[in-house]
Amino acid sequence: MSLGLFFALTGAALAAATSGLGSARGVGIAGQAAAGSCTDNPDLFSKVLILQLLPGTQGIYGLLIAFICLSQIGLLGGGADPNMSLSTGLLYLAACVPVIIVEPISAINQGKTSVASIAMVTKKQETFGKSMIFPAMVETYAILALLISILAIFGVSGMAA
Amino acid sequence: MAEQYIYAVARVRSRELSLLSEAVIGQLCAASGEEDCLRILNEKGWGNPDLPSEEMFREEQKKTWGFIRELVPDRMEIFDVFRLSADYHNLKAAVKESCIDGIHPGIYLEDGTLDQAAVETALKESDYEALPKDMRQVAQEAKETLLQTRDGQLCDAIIDRAALEAIRKAGAASGEKLLKDYGELICATGDIKIAVRCARCGKDRSFLMKALAPCDSLDIELLADAATSGVDAICAYLDHTDYADAVDELKKSVAAFERWCDNRMIETIRPEIHNPFGIGPIAAYILARENEIRTVRIILAAKRNNLPEEMLRERVRVMYV
Repeated sequence: MSLGLFFALTGAALAAATSGLGSARGVGIAGQAAAGSCTDNPDLFSKVLILQLLPGTQGIYGLLIAFICLSQIGLLGGGADPNMSLSTGLLYLAACVPVIIVEPISAINQGKTSVASIAMVTKKQETFGKSMIFPAMVETYAILALLISILAIFGVSGMAA
Repeated sequence: MAEQYIYAVARVRSRELSLLSEAVIGQLCAASGEEDCLRILNEKGWGNPDLPSEEMFREEQKKTWGFIRELVPDRMEIFDVFRLSADYHNLKAAVKESCIDGIHPGIYLEDGTLDQAAVETALKESDYEALPKDMRQVAQEAKETLLQTRDGQLCDAIIDRAALEAIRKAGAASGEKLLKDYGELICATGDIKIAVRCARCGKDRSFLMKALAPCDSLDIELLADAATSGVDAICAYLDHTDYADAVDELKKSVAAFERWCDNRMIETIRPEIHNPFGIGPIAAYILARENEIRTVRIILAAKRNNLPEEMLRERVRVMYV
């Protein structure tokens, strides 16, 4: 087994792991606020649930990148090159870096923004639409990182072919 | 650290919806009488029509502390800073009761950190070791002063100073900015009230130095010097401090100054209404509830004594929400 394949697999694994950790934290802190709001006003459940779930998307993006990466290196459907060069493996790892770094940070910050938005909805239920926009803005940077990682992975696999 | 209070702050946000707003206070001021006020309060979830108003206030205080205990059962000591004044009030009552004959029901407050019966017994038996460490010396000094001089004012001054020092110390020790600011404000405004009272009674400098508690925002030496010259000198000194805004109110009356103090406290805690994290919003809720109870008490007293609405509006406090 080559060191190149090891680094490519590390990139995929880290993308799924760090994004998942970030989302777990983000959804967790938003969930505490959601539970607090629902304790005194259970009618808010559906609204605060949506706000709680927003930081969960980063975990899905990380999973998506891990799938694409594993599929491109051939570890999903078989046909992985056991002699992948070190430089190719490092390139796959580098392609995953935007997701590895940006997704957990954005998930935690989105979770905090969701907490603030839940407070806003608790005070004024009619602001639900507006309150969704604030955490959604944080999502922008998670999507940008996702796009760059997708483009980079396909770019690397094009080079390797 | 702040993230451990997310659930508690979210619950506080829900409860803030039931705080009395400026509009409700306006309604209460415009009400035709005490009964009308009690009806409005009842609609807002306060007490019930059969309860006397003082009982209603006690119930509301119990509700607040019950709610806080439910939110942060393992961190209640951080809020001792708000309950120390009740402890020192009980100490004052116990010192005086121990020096005179008879039982005097209703002189103790319930919402302190100490068991009032234990304080009462400790003072009756002069068992100062039974009191918390910070309270022993002041309890002994106050009781001995009262027994030797029969000077109730000096006894009060000794305990009031200790109370201000304890509140300021507890605020600073909490490590929370809001509680530190609270301790400092209570101590400084307490000193100003003491200085004004002493100036009006013509107390000398040595009495003032025993009565004034040190704080960061006031120089008590200068305040004591000013107080020996009169209220105008106190105002002139305060003009150069953080409390310059209070000078006009102080010139009007003590009641106007006390209203300024309460409003300043609300201004200090107001940023917490937008803060989703930390202990600050919980502390702010406690202070907002205290302010609410104080304002309602003023309104009911005014209605009971048929004071004109304009006079009442001059006395009501700014609300948190």
